[in-house]
Amino acid sequence: MSSFMRYSELKVNSSRYWLVLGVLAVLVLAGLSAAHYMESEGHHVTGMNNQIVWGLPHVFAIFLIIAASGALNIASISSVFGNAHYKPLGRLSAILSLALLIGGLLVLLLDLGRADRLIVAITYYNFKSIFAWNIILYSGFVVVVAVYLWMMMERRMQAYSKPAGLVAMIWRLILTTGTGSIFGFLIARESYDSAILAPMFIIMSFSFGLAIFILLIMASFKLDNRILADCHLNRMRKLLGLFTAAIFYFVLVFHLTKLYGSQYHGVEHFLLVDGGIYTTLFWLVQIVAGNLLPLLLIYLPAFNQSKKALILACCLVIVGAFAQLYVIIIGGQAYPLNIFPGYEVNSSFYDGAIGSYTPSIWELMLGLGGFAASILIVFLIMRILPVVPEKLPELLPDNQAF
Amino acid sequence: MATEYDTAAKTDSESRRSFLKSSAALASIFVAPGVMLYQTSQAKSVDQAVDNSVRWGMLIDTNAMTESDVDACVSACQREHGWKDTGNPETDAQWIRKVNLLDRETGHKNSLPMMCQHCEDPPCVDVCPTGASFKRADGIVLVNKHTCIGCRYCMMACPYKARSFIHENLKDQLPVAPRGKGTVESCTLCVHRIDRDGANAVPACAEAVNSAGRKPIIFGDMNDPNSEISMRLAKLGAKKLRADLGLNPGIRYQGL
Repeated sequence: MSSFMRYSELKVNSSRYWLVLGVLAVLVLAGLSAAHYMESEGHHVTGMNNQIVWGLPHVFAIFLIIAASGALNIASISSVFGNAHYKPLGRLSAILSLALLIGGLLVLLLDLGRADRLIVAITYYNFKSIFAWNIILYSGFVVVVAVYLWMMMERRMQAYSKPAGLVAMIWRLILTTGTGSIFGFLIARESYDSAILAPMFIIMSFSFGLAIFILLIMASFKLDNRILADCHLNRMRKLLGLFTAAIFYFVLVFHLTKLYGSQYHGVEHFLLVDGGIYTTLFWLVQIVAGNLLPLLLIYLPAFNQSKKALILACCLVIVGAFAQLYVIIIGGQAYPLNIFPGYEVNSSFYDGAIGSYTPSIWELMLGLGGFAASILIVFLIMRILPVVPEKLPELLPDNQAF
Repeated sequence: MATEYDTAAKTDSESRRSFLKSSAALASIFVAPGVMLYQTSQAKSVDQAVDNSVRWGMLIDTNAMTESDVDACVSACQREHGWKDTGNPETDAQWIRKVNLLDRETGHKNSLPMMCQHCEDPPCVDVCPTGASFKRADGIVLVNKHTCIGCRYCMMACPYKARSFIHENLKDQLPVAPRGKGTVESCTLCVHRIDRDGANAVPACAEAVNSAGRKPIIFGDMNDPNSEISMRLAKLGAKKLRADLGLNPGIRYQGL
């Protein structure tokens, strides 16, 4: 084997590749037209209302944004921590990260009440707002990762890829802290208002980003019949197990802390016991399907060599991720604000009542459109730029550099 | 050579000119005194900025208010600002609402008007990415409809559920309350009245329930120790909703 890694554009021309691309393009177009419809009719055509002000589009947007941050993990591990095994996948990791962020931002932007005021959003800043910081962090991330990618791909610049990787890694940790703090800083809502949300979002990003990344490399290597040795997948499988267990730990600490204070008993009882759809999503989808089943699939000897089990584990992590964000974002808003402690409250504006929310098809189309846009970008770039290694055979000794 | 047509056109244009002249004269006779009076009645001129020497506040005596009083506040606000019940309670805007309270321990019942609390440290202003959500120097919290991008983060941050998002196209808006689909809005403390009438201003909700004999809602300058609101607060005290959050709202409630 040569001492350096060779990358090349995917040479696929199969009808299956074009079909996938076509389906993704249709989903993107459907998302755009849903956004246009919501924009021209007003948000009353969605399930969102004055009680649940952020809905399914925000679940998708935040999923994509934090997964973007986590998708860069593989590149960071190789550039910053010098682990040569992951280096061949660094380019793809950066591409996926960029694409997921763009998809997430697209959804977030197109859900705005006045998406046409993008220019206002990027020219007026209130620096006390974590949202304003996020606008800078998100757009800065695109630039930082693009530069980092260039340094990884351009032989003359490779010496700088380590510092660039360090900047990108620190940037994304701040970015995910900022995303978690969108909720963590909400002092008025009992379901949020917690510093632990920021590190929890970071660990969620690691897990969600890696799950998508594993599926992506399996698909891209298979599409072009390239060799991908199991040892590479097994490394990531273990990493995914670690991150998934860490999410479970953070969720446990988050709820235990809330359960300790009696003022939070109401909201905790709602989310964990009688919150209807939110309780079901929490226990069955987030905890069982999104945490416990993937852990079994990853660590049980019966499954830990199976590619199908790994694919299933990744899919379950992603499904669990959506459930977790749905419970955090929408379940958190559904529980009423406690403006008058000790009183029974009612009003025409749903004071004291559980907020109701049924996602509309338009929101789903917008969210899926953003996700499809991310995947479409990745699949197009893989065909245009040399980002996928020509082969990844069995593990090399640790000291051999690519 | 002048044709019959030209002559007719000339007569037409002359009569139009004289009509315009006389209507302009008439208009100045009627409008000018109004403009003069309007200007002299102003507490401040339109180009004079508000400052923090005043802090507008409102004291609501919930024990003095009946349920129909609270309903009157809501209807007055609707008439003043042009928002209404369109039969979609989940998405309709509500600048002010009637909240019914039942004390679980004592069985005491209360109804009170609930709206933007015009906090001294408003979370909605902190979180707004573009600065569209802002607090005037005189303590009134408003939304700049030109820079609101409709992200609804202020609605997530407000502890009082004071804000509404406009979910549909609007028509027949009132000049004093410009509103727009896709932006967020809330009680303005009738800022247009305050800018017009200064210290004599009374918000529409207070006007609807106060009469010669009774005054369940007192509006005024909380910075002036001699104002009615300040003296009443000094004498009887009042409650700030969610005082634990340290936001120091400008709306205070007695009887809770």
